[in-house]
Amino acid sequence: MAFALTPEREQQVDDILTRYPERRAALLPVLWLCQRQNGWISPEVVQYVAERLGLSTATVKGVVTFYTMFFDEPVGENIIWVCRTLSCDLRGGKAIQEHLENRLGCTAGHTSSDGKFTLLKAECLAACGQAPMVQINDRYYENLDVDLLDRIIDAHASKGCEAAASEFSSFATFGTPRGSSSAGGVTSTPPAPSAEAVRLASQPPPASPVDTTGEKS
Amino acid sequence: MSEPFVALLTARYGVAEGWKLAAAEGAGAYQVARQALTSRQPAELKAEVKKANIRGRGGAGFPAGVKWGFVNPQEGEQVYLVVNADESEPGTFKDRSIMDLDPHRLIEGAIISCFAIGAHVAYIYVRGELAFSAARLEQAIAEARQAGYLGERPFGIEHPIDIYVHSGAGAYICGEETGLLNSLEGRRGEPRLKPPFPAVKGAFGMPTIVNNVETIASIPGIIEMGGDAWAALSRLPGDGGARIYGVSGHVKNPGLFEAPVGITMRELIYEYAGGMLGDRPLKAVIPGGSSTPVLDPQRKVDAPNEDHPLHKWHGQSEIDVPMGVDTYRALGTMLGTCCAIVMDDTVNMVDDCRNLMRFYKHESCGQCTPCREGTGWLADVLDNLCAGRGKPADVDLLVDIANNMMGNTICAFADGTAMPMLGMVQKFRDEFMAAAIRGLPEGVRHDESVRSIVKGSA
Repeated sequence: MAFALTPEREQQVDDILTRYPERRAALLPVLWLCQRQNGWISPEVVQYVAERLGLSTATVKGVVTFYTMFFDEPVGENIIWVCRTLSCDLRGGKAIQEHLENRLGCTAGHTSSDGKFTLLKAECLAACGQAPMVQINDRYYENLDVDLLDRIIDAHASKGCEAAASEFSSFATFGTPRGSSSAGGVTSTPPAPSAEAVRLASQPPPASPVDTTGEKS
Repeated sequence: MSEPFVALLTARYGVAEGWKLAAAEGAGAYQVARQALTSRQPAELKAEVKKANIRGRGGAGFPAGVKWGFVNPQEGEQVYLVVNADESEPGTFKDRSIMDLDPHRLIEGAIISCFAIGAHVAYIYVRGELAFSAARLEQAIAEARQAGYLGERPFGIEHPIDIYVHSGAGAYICGEETGLLNSLEGRRGEPRLKPPFPAVKGAFGMPTIVNNVETIASIPGIIEMGGDAWAALSRLPGDGGARIYGVSGHVKNPGLFEAPVGITMRELIYEYAGGMLGDRPLKAVIPGGSSTPVLDPQRKVDAPNEDHPLHKWHGQSEIDVPMGVDTYRALGTMLGTCCAIVMDDTVNMVDDCRNLMRFYKHESCGQCTPCREGTGWLADVLDNLCAGRGKPADVDLLVDIANNMMGNTICAFADGTAMPMLGMVQKFRDEFMAAAIRGLPEGVRHDESVRSIVKGSA
């Protein structure tokens, strides 16, 4: 069946096209919109994007396969990326992965039998100071231990992605520079993600090419 | 030594909801941009940045002011500013904090930079994983546009400026500036041959300046203080200012710290990051992201000759040399992104090396044969060593492969793989030989599949 974006997302495509001097430059943002809606980049999506942007399907497919985050196979409802690069591994990334594999009943690279979670290994996700960490859909969960991880997964399974994010997700944190004057106002404790931060993340401005809810409506 | 350092880049990190325009402006945001655009000339601004001696914060350490000087648009050419927020060098996590906690500083820096180099459009290329940061930036950009700081007449002057966020989709190589440009144009993120350099022929074939997030976020501070005063914050000549240091791995207090350029690795680990976890001995530290050759605190600087740039530190430990682009280059490593990965004595360097080479194997774009084959080969040889299937000759094979990758590819990715590989073998050869003979102790065999499994490759 042919793929089509929702009217709101079509509107977003039109807006995205105004940002670049060349039509082709909209390819990544448009693929993102499609994946948000469809869950993965199916052959129908490739067809649609190629027609919308005036490219060949081979060109679109070539771009899709280059980038790790575009899925060319169906995936579960939630995607868990476990960072396994050095900084996370030094702080227990392997244990995090093993715990998830036991808990979900599938090895990395596969989807749990209930279709709720796809577990994937990731290369460095740029949260090294808060290792170990995982990314679930669009949000980071940092400074993990096995108990915290369990609560996060429980929250995703019972309350859904957004509620889990508002409870557990974090954004960048910062240490205290020695000798820095108080005028600098650097926090010694990481600011907790406020309700506003969560709202911001879950409701991006209409112009956004990135819909951060992780929904696949 | 001198008076306490006053945070600049991170000054607003502690401001409640500092990512919102009202809070950021309450703490001083956009005052510098307003003043710069309404009362100063682009040439003056460029001169200040040049005087500031700011070395690019993305890893290569190229002087940003010099880079800006390369832009010389011909008739009818449009200049672009591209902000590289594809932060993905293992160990590096500084740029995300700027986007999450003080996006208006980045936007203000981009506005001033656009004005200075004559650009009307800036793209901020954010790695795909950082959807939260991208959304926060977009929100901040929308607020700035609403307030009249962006758009047709920013601060009322006749120099339209627009900033757009462009999300990547998971590819380390898109942090390489020409790979990034290809990705921005909707292509596979394969790096381009240089020359032509982006400053001559970059985004959409037009002159383009590609700068790291932290570089651009430093611009308001430079313009406010003046280039000379800002440069003087540093403890080193020719490498100005202050920067964000990151520490991860086996330390008590991993995280980010803003400090002058030129503190030592020892200070960073033991004073800023609170010392080693469990007070265990420091075995090795990767100074600035995984592509920078490892430092061994047991090794002494060997610079008896008075002409040697490191003569001042002759006989001291490698970690007592001030952290600067030039000092670290003289030390045989690189400052890179200034985000250190610290390892204690429980770590096996062969296993660590394998972890990193697996990363490079996964992230090589595959365009050049030495890199595509070399990264995979290195990872495979290391797998064999770890699993006890290796032989002593494999250690020299690692060196041989790395040497054949260096300088033989389009971009610096292969060098960035080969250099740390060579450094590891050079400094910890005994451990590699031990692994070649006996394999690694139990419990280090990991399954090797990474993200690519989804692509059906495993």
